Amino acid sequence: MTLDADTILSVRDLRTWFKGRHSIAKAVDGVTFDLKRGKTLAVVGESGSGKSVTSLSIMGLLARPGAIESGQILFRDRQERVHDLARFSQKQFRALRGREIAMIFQEPMTSLNPLYTVGDQIGEMIALHEPISPSEARKRALEMLRHVEIPDAAGRLDDYPHQMSGGMRQRVMIAMALACSPSLLIADEPTTALDVTIQAQILDLLRRLQDQFGMSILFITHNLGVVAEIAHDVVVMYAGRVVEQAPVMELFARQTHPYTRGLLACTPDAERDLGSEGERQALYSIPGSVPPITDLPPGCAFEPRCGYAVPACRNALPPLVKAGENSISRCIRSHEI
Amino acid sequence: MSAPEAPLLDVRGLTKTFVGRNGRTVHAVSDVSFSVRRGTTVGLVGESGSGKTTAGRSVLRLIEPSGGKAVFDGVDLFSLSEREMKAYRKRLQIIFQDPFSSLNPRMRIDAILSEALDAADFARGAARRERIAELLAIVGLSPDHARRFPHEFSGGQRQRIGIARALAVEPEFIVADEPVSALDVSVQAQVLNLLGDLQKRFSLSILFIAHDLSVVEYLCDDVVVMYLGRVMESGPSRKVYANPRHPYTRALLATAPVPDPTRRKARVPLMGDIPSPINPPSGCVFRTRCPMAIEACAQAIPPVEDLGGNHHVACIRHAELA
Repeated sequence: MTLDADTILSVRDLRTWFKGRHSIAKAVDGVTFDLKRGKTLAVVGESGSGKSVTSLSIMGLLARPGAIESGQILFRDRQERVHDLARFSQKQFRALRGREIAMIFQEPMTSLNPLYTVGDQIGEMIALHEPISPSEARKRALEMLRHVEIPDAAGRLDDYPHQMSGGMRQRVMIAMALACSPSLLIADEPTTALDVTIQAQILDLLRRLQDQFGMSILFITHNLGVVAEIAHDVVVMYAGRVVEQAPVMELFARQTHPYTRGLLACTPDAERDLGSEGERQALYSIPGSVPPITDLPPGCAFEPRCGYAVPACRNALPPLVKAGENSISRCIRSHEI
Repeated sequence: MSAPEAPLLDVRGLTKTFVGRNGRTVHAVSDVSFSVRRGTTVGLVGESGSGKTTAGRSVLRLIEPSGGKAVFDGVDLFSLSEREMKAYRKRLQIIFQDPFSSLNPRMRIDAILSEALDAADFARGAARRERIAELLAIVGLSPDHARRFPHEFSGGQRQRIGIARALAVEPEFIVADEPVSALDVSVQAQVLNLLGDLQKRFSLSILFIAHDLSVVEYLCDDVVVMYLGRVMESGPSRKVYANPRHPYTRALLATAPVPDPTRRKARVPLMGDIPSPINPPSGCVFRTRCPMAIEACAQAIPPVEDLGGNHHVACIRHAELA
């Protein structure tokens, strides 16, 4: 198991399937990407793309019948030891989760326990991994609330989650996640449930904390605007597979997969979509909808919706090929896009 | 010069308070005024707790307003009895946000549309099936979809059904309450195009409730920006977006993420949270988060000032943002 020195996480040909009695849902089917130390990698996709199942696979939080079918999830811990999380037992995960890898979710209300104060919950998290006294845990919890810039942190330590706003609860979640200074933070749509002004605060906070603590972030989102704000590198997923990967500047400057291009084109942009008198031009839209992952075509999964499709797209799954300076694309016509 | 045509809907001083069990009053909507001209789309924008949904539903009296007027085609809807209002309902319809919970899962699509037609005594008997097929065609679905159940459709298709239901009785005015927020981006564009086309085809007037500023800029002729139950700024979209005169509108536009990393902003995000509508700040409700707030902002509710060309703003320091 070798890993480049500057890589903290390497997902290699990961397949996570949900096997039913009559069908197999290939939620993640051959996903490969690397996350560089101290950087933010955004995984973008719509519902059903497999982005969340990818993150749950990494955390060992898959629910049955979901299971890793094949592939590797190589992770470098703080002692520079490399583990394959795809082979980890729940016991091994318990030692790792929270301390080395932490996760924040979309809905902070359902991830926090309504019966305990936020101070207790952050303290419990620390006590789980380090032998510290209750008063020490409380002190550390307060320190974390200050790190995530909760105003009047001392006064909020004994608050219950319901006494806080959505933005404050997400800050508490981040405080809990970072309490043991993990080297990898997985953020699954952490700002999706928040208003734009609060979303901006949380994105700013994550960027500052990354500078301060140096953790690497795997950021799962459906929002290309958020990607442009926070990511260093981007992986675009469609129907359980990576269709394009590139550094953020390169991706937005030139897309090398028709799906990425379509996603960007169908986000309304007044400069492009309104005429000089403000008259509306029809928005570009991707016809049809995402195919069911239980019944994917043998070739390119995007082919039925793709304006660039040719008969060859239907025959075999296109390989990921170099398509730009630092980008790869799963499209046989990537050079024409 | 002829007098300007009266707007189809003119809302003045709309107020809605809810009283909780503990006797505390929630000021959901306070003194909100705006109008919708015939054949135009007005965007009602704001964050959660801004009162935009309550305002939209109050206009239709799906929530009974506490005060104000909503003059629709010359008649104040708020002065009508339940029975009189019923006659107006077929002229004013609504499209809901969540196409998953707004369609009865046990009813086939034709029954869902039929129910809407029944409510307004529309297309009885033999005309019924034809009307249903016509509606499905209007929203880009096929006639054989009529016998299916909601779960057999994708999110985008369900929203098309929601739109067909709203259009069933040929309304003049539609409240669209975040109709694309629950949809994937690639499907959003399809539904926005459909709404734009239908508006032209049927000369609809639409009140479009949204939190996504780029969608509103694209779709709406006019925009009304709400915060904590009050209107901060309103006017023609092009003017408001090009030259926002309220610090809140500025902040909203500055914080909305743009899919372009070269425009990544060195922005100062708004501090703090939206205050509770149970106990809104005195004076200007935005002052607790406003980077420009001064003492005078706490003293009185800022008057709505006319900037010309139908552009209005409620900020005592708006001149400094010109």
